[in-house]
Amino acid sequence: MSATETFDAAKARPLWHRIVVRPESVTLLLLIAAVFVSAWLSPFFADLRFVLESATFYIEFGIIALMLTLVVVSGEIDLSVAATMALSACLFGIAHRAGLGMPVAILIGLGSGALMGLFNGVLVTVFRLPSIIATIGTMVLYRGIAQVIAGDRSVGGFPDWFVGIDFIAVGIVPVPVIIFVVLAILLGLVLGSTLFGRQIYQTGTNPIAARHAGIRVDRLKMILFTASGLTSAVGGLLMASRLGVVRYDLATGGELQVVLIVMLGGTYIFGGRGTIAGTFLALWLLIIIQTGMTVANIAIEAQLTVLGLLLILAIISANAIYAGGRR
Amino acid sequence: MTETDGPLVETRGVAKSFSGVEVLHGIDLDLRAGEVHALLGENGAGKSTYAKILAGVHRPTRGEVTLAGQPVSIGSPLEAQRLGVTLIHQEPLSFPHLTVAENLFVGGEDTGVLGRVPWRRMAAEAERLIGALGVTIDPQAVMAGLSIADQQMVEIARALASDTRLIIMDEPTAPLTPREVATLFDIVRRLKAEGRAIVFISHRLEEVRALCDRVTVFRDGALISTAPVADLTDDDIIRLMIGRPLQEYLHKEVASLGDEALSVSGLTRGGAFADVSFSLRKGEVLGVAGLVGAGRTDVARAIFGIAPAEAGEIRIHGKPTTIAEPDDAIAHRIAYVPEDRAIAGIFRTLPVDQNITAAAPRSIGAGPFISPRREREIAADAIDRLSIRLASVHQPIGELSGGNQQKAILARWLLTDPEILILDEPTRGIDVGVKAEFYDRINQLAAEGRAVLLISSDLPELLTLADRILVMSEGRLTGEFSRAEADQEKIMQAAVPRSAA
Repeated sequence: MSATETFDAAKARPLWHRIVVRPESVTLLLLIAAVFVSAWLSPFFADLRFVLESATFYIEFGIIALMLTLVVVSGEIDLSVAATMALSACLFGIAHRAGLGMPVAILIGLGSGALMGLFNGVLVTVFRLPSIIATIGTMVLYRGIAQVIAGDRSVGGFPDWFVGIDFIAVGIVPVPVIIFVVLAILLGLVLGSTLFGRQIYQTGTNPIAARHAGIRVDRLKMILFTASGLTSAVGGLLMASRLGVVRYDLATGGELQVVLIVMLGGTYIFGGRGTIAGTFLALWLLIIIQTGMTVANIAIEAQLTVLGLLLILAIISANAIYAGGRR
Repeated sequence: MTETDGPLVETRGVAKSFSGVEVLHGIDLDLRAGEVHALLGENGAGKSTYAKILAGVHRPTRGEVTLAGQPVSIGSPLEAQRLGVTLIHQEPLSFPHLTVAENLFVGGEDTGVLGRVPWRRMAAEAERLIGALGVTIDPQAVMAGLSIADQQMVEIARALASDTRLIIMDEPTAPLTPREVATLFDIVRRLKAEGRAIVFISHRLEEVRALCDRVTVFRDGALISTAPVADLTDDDIIRLMIGRPLQEYLHKEVASLGDEALSVSGLTRGGAFADVSFSLRKGEVLGVAGLVGAGRTDVARAIFGIAPAEAGEIRIHGKPTTIAEPDDAIAHRIAYVPEDRAIAGIFRTLPVDQNITAAAPRSIGAGPFISPRREREIAADAIDRLSIRLASVHQPIGELSGGNQQKAILARWLLTDPEILILDEPTRGIDVGVKAEFYDRINQLAAEGRAVLLISSDLPELLTLADRILVMSEGRLTGEFSRAEADQEKIMQAAVPRSAA
């Protein structure tokens, strides 16, 4: 046999190497380190209940980050998620105030979110705009509409059963955390084990080759953007429930939090690589670090510095690992 | 220019290892001023690695390089350029958004006060350099707007701008049309007459024969032989390259023809092709010849639904059919192995098995889920049948050699059990051994009663494999020849555009 074979054999990485050396492992290591440091800084961290309660502040972004992971793996990005949260929550609030009844109002909130996602998908697949540009546009647009319709005031007056979902718990686990875990398992299966998930990876790796292989790339992206809008609306409703009111500036700047979680989880910003497990771990990392630092009385500015450094560390290690696997 | 009688470049015992594996073993080779020296070998034989050492892209692990009698250490492409060694890449690595003149002087230190760019002098100098090649390219044109041939000319002009003594061309002719190849050859001969040394890497023996003085054959990272071209027959060269005689390298098994599988009539898409009509029968290999840009690939892409035709009709098994997406084409059991593997074929970072099963998701599905076991089995079976060389099915496909990547793409389409296969330049850039396997495979596919549309710029390949050959020129069919009547001359006559003849 020719030398090509020996070269290929020499270059191939052993299986254990492929399994262990991956960006999610870095996220996991950071998470373990963060737990130990936080527990050392504050005895509160021995209390799982405290951690879970703190989690509810971040879980809305976490849910959206799970869905955004699929979008990013497909080679796109959605920066309008926080604005979608705000607009869908405002539409829900206004519908309720108009006396439409809670079920209808919730449907309006969710449906409008899906439509906003669909519109992003149309901009990307029909008008061929780069998604980073298109969704920066709709980020401003959706937030603007929210301000026009909701004005500068808070919209509230929701029934008691709707308010404070974060205080409802099964055992010690708050409902939003359960939603997050269930969605993570669901989307983990979709991305990791289904033909649709495989097509997401293939599309993100090489959209032209994907189309040649018979994948309906545009339809796939349309589905992902719509799902991203719908998930954002769910996040918006959860936030409305937690706060008891909605405002046009709900979740301002949230898109960066969401992208930060996805990146911390080792998902490759240019598509084709990333896992739900990574995003799942990254959310807990963020929660532990943020609450850990708050409990340890670290100033908010210093917290941002730590987060920034962490993000850069995660991206560098993810890039290094991906570059290693490429050759 | 010839300052010494000795060779311009000498390498002694030059070797290179990547991560502990030696891929190039002790190469002793002389390159003389005023000669065109061919490097031949299968992909992975070490010729490109050797060329990159000369060009300063790689540093040798051991061994020495002397230039005009002086030992030199070539640590970077910039140093190579200062020493007068230039590597011309197949796909020019220029700055696509800059002008020709700007590209010519990239890396030059010829700036004025405070790094001011002497635009006017640059333009004049660019004009002179390009004029010296005997081609007409506007120095103010943006690089991305030029043909690949013109971009290569700019690269060559850039080499001349820095007074190059050794020019290495790595498969320069692969993307060129025959006429552009002729222009390139004229220039290479001129450079040779000026006393420069040229290293020419190519897979095409007839080009080597037409242009080169001496040949060096590489195999498995070692230098096998260096000899004057005239002393070797094609068979000798192929045997040296693959290390064994190649029996029946070019042969055709004539299959019995069945019913019509595909026919198109009046197929038209503005700016690409017009009024294309032909039919293809089961068991038939229909060749499509033509120059690059004649519209052959556009027709294939229209039939496969990537860029559908605006007018005309496609019939499959006699039934008029609309194909708006590749997905539709696959449903009608059409397969398309694209011309550009890297762009339209492989998922570089994904494992080999996932690449192979990409077009036949149902074969590995259990409901909406993937059955990893079935995927592994199907991929292993395909790898076995096409003898794809790899270390593991979990290896990213980008780690395989070009020929094995191409086999994997063919395997992907065979998994869809296609009735109509469109193969677009299936053997371009792959080495002789794998090429022979592809020829066998194409014969076999036809024998199984599949219809094959074979687009190729390699005329001997078409003349060997095709039952019938269509010729396209400027978007139209300009000739059709049966296997018996076809020859290279007739095909070229039909392929060359009338308006420009």
